[in-house]
Amino acid sequence: MELALIIEKFILVVVIFAVSLGVAAYSTLAERKIAAFLQGRVGPHRAGPGGMFQPLADGGKMFFKEEIIPAESNPFLFIMGPSLALLTACIGSAVIPWGQSMQFGDRVVELQVTDINVGILYIFGVVSLGVYGIMIGGWASNNKFSLMGAIRAASQNISYEIAMGLSLIALLMVSGTLSLKDIVEQQHGFWNNGWFTWNVFTQPLGFLLFIVCSFAECNRTPFDLPESENELVAGYHTEYSGFKLGAFLFAEYVNMFVSSAVMATLYWGGYNYPGMDYVFELLGPTWAPIVGIAVLFAKIFFFIFFFMWIRWTIPRFRYDQLMNLGWKVLIPLAIANIILTGIWITIKDNLL
Amino acid sequence: MNLFYFVAFLSIFFSLLVIFSKNPVYSVLFLIVTFFTFSVHYILLNAQFLAIVNFIVYMGAIMVLFLFVLMLLNLNKDTEPMKSSLLKIAGVVSGLCLLLTLVGAVKSLNVSEPLILKDPGIGLVKNLGKVLFNEFLLPFEVSSILLFSAMVGSVLLAKKDPKKI
Repeated sequence: MELALIIEKFILVVVIFAVSLGVAAYSTLAERKIAAFLQGRVGPHRAGPGGMFQPLADGGKMFFKEEIIPAESNPFLFIMGPSLALLTACIGSAVIPWGQSMQFGDRVVELQVTDINVGILYIFGVVSLGVYGIMIGGWASNNKFSLMGAIRAASQNISYEIAMGLSLIALLMVSGTLSLKDIVEQQHGFWNNGWFTWNVFTQPLGFLLFIVCSFAECNRTPFDLPESENELVAGYHTEYSGFKLGAFLFAEYVNMFVSSAVMATLYWGGYNYPGMDYVFELLGPTWAPIVGIAVLFAKIFFFIFFFMWIRWTIPRFRYDQLMNLGWKVLIPLAIANIILTGIWITIKDNLL
Repeated sequence: MNLFYFVAFLSIFFSLLVIFSKNPVYSVLFLIVTFFTFSVHYILLNAQFLAIVNFIVYMGAIMVLFLFVLMLLNLNKDTEPMKSSLLKIAGVVSGLCLLLTLVGAVKSLNVSEPLILKDPGIGLVKNLGKVLFNEFLLPFEVSSILLFSAMVGSVLLAKKDPKKI
């Protein structure tokens, strides 16, 4: 492997890492601002102009608070829990294509860390690992409420992973590839052959299932039963303080960012936008991908806003309602979606 | 090749830790790491699909359930009943018998010729799917029936007995 490629990938990884952490930090501010807006309040506005430095103040507070490790807990696993949560949240972004390949002089730079041909399955694997951080942290706390939260998280994630995987299978049947890069390239532009190119218009039910399941996988309201404060104090992070608590909360926001990026990539065309060929001719191969990246981030920010909008609009499910929704509604719907997609593909290939 | 030996060493090391750790939760966590090293083995063999499926199914689903059950059981040194010495002796004897059988089996083995695959990219998703749905269609379908019957059985076991309510 040549040195230039390694340096290029290294820079890309560092930039993606910094961006996802930055977006996650400012998501905390956005969440508080949006909550305030929906409830007719002002929200944080003291730190900096319009509360701009609130995330820094929060981070500083988290760093300097006293770290307490409960006496009866398991110290190694107690520290490993939040670390694993943050780690699994961050590695998901490795296969997302952030833009078209950019051209610097003779050199073509791919804006994707790695294009493995099982990209979707990789994301699925990372999502399924995400529950370990919560489970280990909750168990190691040696607290009934934490254990209940951990167990709820595990059963919820396993139940919703099935529906998520099944909704992805329908998407794979349409696109015929597991590589995220190919899936995005198939959604080029906006309109082709009399129909939209974006997958959400061919798989509307699949997208609906996927977004519901990603809410559940991120433990966001209405699926935040692992940390429901009216039943379990604070669920799996009851015993946590200082930056370990911060890591858990931060992991949730990083997860939200990555799953928004995955949704935008799989269903909403990724970096594609209407009239992209025209812009490409106008700006050339160096600057046109920047517009694509901006479009992708606009989509991601919309989805993050959507996550927050739902959180402050819909109340939490009861636990049996959650399980009923997962097993008796989402999984049959996902299977029906696969069958409908199969029928549609057969008709399209043979008759049209 | 050196990478293979390193990963193989890690697999054996962590699987030994699974057996020797006192705390069952640690055992499960080491088992997860062992499965991760298996995934690395699959990637070294250019079988990306198997690697990622091993990752999702074993690390992501089955071990979560193992951990789930162990966390509820609350197994500690204090609560675990001590086994009687008769059981321990029986365990040692049967373990040694197994070891003897394995050593004998390994001794009588011959080193086989290294197998060269006709198609080195057989582990990639596209090729694997083609092979599964052309050459091995019947075993593939039969295994789905096996899984289906297991599913029906587990649902039947988990279902409440209507007479007892």
